[in-house]
Amino acid sequence: MGYTVIEKIIADHTREVVTPEKIVWLDIDVRSARDFGGANVVKNLEKNYPGESYVADPAKTFFTFDCVVPANNLGYAENQQIARIFARNNLPRENLYDVNAGIGSHVMIEKGVATPNSTVVGTDSHLNILGAIGAFGQGMGDQDIAFTFKTGKTWFEVPYTMRVTIDGAPAKNSFAKDVTLGVLEQLGSKGALGKSVEFYGTTVDTFDLAGRITLASQVTEMGGIIGLITPDDRIIDYCKKRSGKDFPIHKADADVNYLEDIHYDFEGIEPRIALPPNPANVKPVAEITGIKVDSVVIASCTNGRYEDFAVAARILKGRKVHNDVMMKIVPATQEVYGQLLKNGLIELFYQSGAIISNPGCASCASGQIGMTGEGEVQVTTGNRNFAGKQGKGDTYLASPATAAACALAGEIIVPEI
Amino acid sequence: MKKSTSLSGKAIVIKDTQGKGIDDIDTDMIFHNKHLHITDINEMGQHTFGNLPGWEEFPSIVTENTILIVGKNFGAGSSRQQAVDCFKALGVIVIIGESFGAIYKRNAINSGMPLILAPDIMTTTLNSGDQMTIDLTTGGITSEKEDVQSKQVTPLSKVQLDIYKAGNLFEYGKSLE
Repeated sequence: MGYTVIEKIIADHTREVVTPEKIVWLDIDVRSARDFGGANVVKNLEKNYPGESYVADPAKTFFTFDCVVPANNLGYAENQQIARIFARNNLPRENLYDVNAGIGSHVMIEKGVATPNSTVVGTDSHLNILGAIGAFGQGMGDQDIAFTFKTGKTWFEVPYTMRVTIDGAPAKNSFAKDVTLGVLEQLGSKGALGKSVEFYGTTVDTFDLAGRITLASQVTEMGGIIGLITPDDRIIDYCKKRSGKDFPIHKADADVNYLEDIHYDFEGIEPRIALPPNPANVKPVAEITGIKVDSVVIASCTNGRYEDFAVAARILKGRKVHNDVMMKIVPATQEVYGQLLKNGLIELFYQSGAIISNPGCASCASGQIGMTGEGEVQVTTGNRNFAGKQGKGDTYLASPATAAACALAGEIIVPEI
Repeated sequence: MKKSTSLSGKAIVIKDTQGKGIDDIDTDMIFHNKHLHITDINEMGQHTFGNLPGWEEFPSIVTENTILIVGKNFGAGSSRQQAVDCFKALGVIVIIGESFGAIYKRNAINSGMPLILAPDIMTTTLNSGDQMTIDLTTGGITSEKEDVQSKQVTPLSKVQLDIYKAGNLFEYGKSLE
């Protein structure tokens, strides 16, 4: 019987036979920690390996600060400084992406640190975003990450794989986020629990890097280990250019036995929105129009790329955000920020009345760009709307187009493109 | 340190007001992100379930040797270690659940907190306060409630058991050298 993509990636990074449910020792190409969890990684190393060198391979070890950047509370400031000093003492200077850099997973793609078929771990539960380029990214806790800093490897239970094929052209006002929410609507919060997902189909084939990131990012909310999308020529060229490296591209064998094989026909799918209290509580936007909106966030590792802002800009161009709405714009990375500047989008968002922030995780980590008060309705392009996560208000998840349209209307509305 | 693989204690079953198991308890409900700056385990316990409606008083009802019983997809969400350590701080010795978030499962195992998979444990008559014993190597449960004894339970795998016996991932790693 043949091998799935995740099994092939794992097989390239272990000396053991790879089969689902088996625990293997996995070589980790990129070991990272962010400001969230980073200080605890350092503390774990200092406590468990006193007097020893803490890092097996400094060139493969990174810090990426992105949660609360710059720190707006003393706790984060102190934790960032602990990680910063550790990085200065133990890693090459360029392996510290400080508070100016942006979201770590995106930075690692842009800088060519993560490449297709690589194994990457970090203290970010959305690090499986790297499935967008066919890499095995995995979020782990601070003990796990400390162990990989020290040893360059970790134990991993080979997951079962399910195949999700998505065909059809979405409606003109629907985008990768609407497709992603459509999958969440069908699969639910546990639909991929503990599994690797391989995405195929004509809908997925059309997605550019930003769209693939959006889809891969929410596999976490489906309970999955990772969502892998086989890189097409565009992705391969991008990653080669960014990394200066060559890498194998694995495809699943023809005779693979998938644990589940699911097909969705999303021809003409209309814009979707996730209602509180969880990301799988998805409905067509058209079914809940008219709810008054207080704040709109266009940002996050799910929808914080240039292409996401370009869609929002098409809707906002020459128009003003509703008087009662705070609209917050947070690019995923410094590079995206630069693109927005160069192409006049910062000016456009400024004219529309938006608050524009430096790159980072935005509202998801509770604080970079404010929180919600009780009764506040927030529409965000982020990926989680669990109660209390972004404050006491009610959070809705939608595409950049829907979010921008809601900002203009001051209520939940179906975007027109 | 030789750790026992047979654990006895009093159960606390996490149910809603209708007596149903609560699924999808995420790490923000277990240990809210406003407390993430806390790195001292002794300060973590008091915030456990601080954002889980109906269970905010959990820290005051937990005693030493508590066996925590939870529903499906427990520990979904972020990678925070505090969502495991807060239970250790309070005296929880093992968590038995219908399923777990993937990252959560690793965090628990690595820090020496055994997680046991029991896919329909919430359908039993088990109640908070019941005395029970679980064998980590066989998955066998001993309880006065017969329907609990008969439930299918997945024991820890060898690596997981070895990490538990060693104390945590770091001690286990040293034993491999």
